[in-house]
Amino acid sequence: MTDRNIPVTEDELHAYVDNELPAERRSDVEAWLDTHPDDAARVQSWRAMAEALHARYDSVIDEAVPKRLEIERLVRQPRKWVYGAMAATLAAFIVGGGVGWLARGAAASPSVFQTLTLDAIEAHRLYVVEVRHPVEVPGSERSHLQQWLTKRCGWVVRAPELAGAGLKLVGGRLLPGTGGPASFMMYESASGERFTIYTAKSDAEATQMRYAAEGRESTLFWADDGVIYAVVSTGVERGRLTQIAQAVYEQMEKKGG
Amino acid sequence: MMGKAFAPHDSCNSCNLVPMSAFRQSVEAMIPALRRYARALARDADIADDLVQDTLVRALRSERLFLGGDVRSWLYTILTNLNKNRRRSLARRPQFMPLLDNNPDASGTEAEGRDIARALAGLVEEQRSVLLLVMLEGLSYREVAEIQGVPIGTVMSRLARARAHVKASLEGERTALRRVK
Repeated sequence: MTDRNIPVTEDELHAYVDNELPAERRSDVEAWLDTHPDDAARVQSWRAMAEALHARYDSVIDEAVPKRLEIERLVRQPRKWVYGAMAATLAAFIVGGGVGWLARGAAASPSVFQTLTLDAIEAHRLYVVEVRHPVEVPGSERSHLQQWLTKRCGWVVRAPELAGAGLKLVGGRLLPGTGGPASFMMYESASGERFTIYTAKSDAEATQMRYAAEGRESTLFWADDGVIYAVVSTGVERGRLTQIAQAVYEQMEKKGG
Repeated sequence: MMGKAFAPHDSCNSCNLVPMSAFRQSVEAMIPALRRYARALARDADIADDLVQDTLVRALRSERLFLGGDVRSWLYTILTNLNKNRRRSLARRPQFMPLLDNNPDASGTEAEGRDIARALAGLVEEQRSVLLLVMLEGLSYREVAEIQGVPIGTVMSRLARARAHVKASLEGERTALRRVK
């Protein structure tokens, strides 16, 4: 009963309208509304808003579903996304090269890094919005993609296996970078989040992982063996990005055997 | 209305194909509600159905990645993400408003429907999505928080701002009309 003396907050008014309020607080809010006409009017306006939304859009529910949205039709389309264990191909492909460099290039010029990470973010922005042509080589041709990018870039490019983080390879492309070619690979989660991995030649031999953000895009990037790696995402929590970047990093580390 | 979206689908009882998996059936049952959400989110009916189609293609493609849980929330999540990507690609293009929005002969209900559509168009992406998921699709704050990948507090503040904005927008139009008359 002492609850009645606690003023009702705006959050509680919203929760009341949306049936999110704990049952024991509802009568307090109702009592409050009886004596606070301004709040009562606001609550009333939100209810009217919900009615207007339903009046405007519920008719869509009754429309016949267009043919192109029929499940039978959609599942008959060929599956583009075949993913299987590529470990054997990878093992055969990756040449053991000593990656014993210590972090001796940690003093890399920030401007070079800035350029490279901006390139990575620009490429991410340009291609993640693509629904039909996000990549040149699809993820189903993983080994071809890796061989081609490795040949054209001049360093070992591999598409890490990120299924453990809920991501599968959409595919990749070759890009013109600031100082030569760059590789670009895109991954996607079941809910449509996209992550991209960008690699380019770097002045720094090796650096620690760093974080940068530009607008809604954020990236974790590092250099290893003279190559910069940038993992880019949009509007994703830093913890999630870190998880992905670490998985990428660990697999790149292993490439030396 | 929500009940209708979940009504069991019996179209396959009469066909000779292998019965659809439970997963596909639950995806199919969501199509009408997804179309409603997309229509309100994107305004344009064709763009809305494009979004639904891309959502369905992704969902079916990822059937094996879906390890149980709530198909409904998952589908709303895909659609919300796709729309976010689409809007980003349109961000630098001019916004076109249909001329017919100003038709003075419209009946009261139609005019109200346009008012609410215009008010929605004035919202930023995240706020419009929260407002529609809660008020139109009837999702809980917790479900919306998971769909948007933000804490519940953020959902509540987005919802409060969206409601204030829509309310002001609707009231502003009414005041403007009264002044003209």
